[in-house]
Amino acid sequence: MQLYEAPPVFSVTQLSRYLKELLETDDILQDIWVRGEISGCKSYTSGHCYFTLKDAEAQLPCVFFKNARLRSASPDLRDGMAIAANGRISFYERDGKLQLYVEGVELLGEGALFLRFEQLKARLEAEGLFEAGRKRSLPAQPAVIGIVTSPQAAALRDMLRVLHSRYPLAEVILSPTLVQGAEAPAAIAAALDLLNEHGEAEVIIVGRGGGSIEELWAFNEEVVARAIARSRIPIISGVGHETDFTIADFVADYRASTPTAAAAAAVPDIADWRIDIQDKQQILTDLMEECLSDLHESLERTRRDLQRANPRSLLDRRRQQLDDTTELLQTRLEHILSIRGERLRGASLRLHSLSPLLTIARGYAVVRRDTDSTIITSIQQAQPGDKLTIQVTDGNIPVEVR
Amino acid sequence: MENLSFEEAYARLEAAVAALQDGQMPLERALHFYEEGMRLAHHCDELLQKAELRVQQLSVDREGVHIVEPLELS
Repeated sequence: MQLYEAPPVFSVTQLSRYLKELLETDDILQDIWVRGEISGCKSYTSGHCYFTLKDAEAQLPCVFFKNARLRSASPDLRDGMAIAANGRISFYERDGKLQLYVEGVELLGEGALFLRFEQLKARLEAEGLFEAGRKRSLPAQPAVIGIVTSPQAAALRDMLRVLHSRYPLAEVILSPTLVQGAEAPAAIAAALDLLNEHGEAEVIIVGRGGGSIEELWAFNEEVVARAIARSRIPIISGVGHETDFTIADFVADYRASTPTAAAAAAVPDIADWRIDIQDKQQILTDLMEECLSDLHESLERTRRDLQRANPRSLLDRRRQQLDDTTELLQTRLEHILSIRGERLRGASLRLHSLSPLLTIARGYAVVRRDTDSTIITSIQQAQPGDKLTIQVTDGNIPVEVR
Repeated sequence: MENLSFEEAYARLEAAVAALQDGQMPLERALHFYEEGMRLAHHCDELLQKAELRVQQLSVDREGVHIVEPLELS
């Protein structure tokens, strides 16, 4: 039985390795967020960055290697910045130093969001994502309108109300998404991608109603900006109020100040169309009236022309001539007739003087055989028993030959 | 005419106006364009009055198939 056992003695290296192993097998320490203020920040030409994270009572050495910085798209770090650093704790044997190997950095406090906004904006702008040449024109009369927003939001109702009153001919396809919170950026990007895959929407409105800068923040995330940039369908952004500008607004093909304004920008207004249709009806009526009055006028003119060349007026003239001639004829005829009358009377008188009646009146008679009315002028013609009639001035005497 | 979409009816309305503006046609043809134009305008206006915004919701099922169904807003 051993009463006493000498404690083992470790070399520094052994201890350092033991500490290192201890730290690196601790799950909590291998993915941890630490909050503090940056001091003693040094950047080297290698791209690595060293600083101390400290608060009122403690400090922690940190190293931020170039690869990790590029991977995490970290903002540039300066002394005095309040940050939350994510990384793993390990032991740096050479300096005997426990330090945080930083994988990513979040800015904290006042101005942190603004700084991130400015940095992302500068980076995307440098990439050319905001260039006017990239902006696509919006369709004039989209038959299908995609909307990316929260189905619960009042903003959706506002947009639908505007679309219904301005352009009820359209169909709306809502691609629902969260619009705030940690999962919102990825959800918005997925909803945009889904509408693109589906492919029927001719324009997409992405947006949400007003809120605090934190509530609107999803629209300042790179993943949303990228989804807008890669959309094949033109995108209208309408986020928050007039004064809110988001990264999404810069990348979108058209920036509307609010969701309602975005809906109005997406479609024409049928009120204008109805006025246009009324105008067209008026134009049609005017043209028809013009056409009719032209025709009427030309008809009037032709009628006057016709009247001038009217055969009836010729006829009238001829009729007049005829009347004149007829009258002349009448006069002539009467004249001729009266002359003839005179002559006739003369002839009649002469005729009368030659009439056998006058001879009879002087005592002669005319004898006719009754059977054939032959005038008897010789005894040879009369046989006994013949019935004769003797005509005298005042009548006839029937006789029989003896 | 009842089956014409708004776009078709509107295009024909424009054509009727253009034809009538062109002038120089027999009265019967002018009347034809006028009457057709008025009927088309009426049809267009009626379509606009009757139109109802259709609202659908797009989702995707587990097999990745797109589902479009009417959106019911509570």
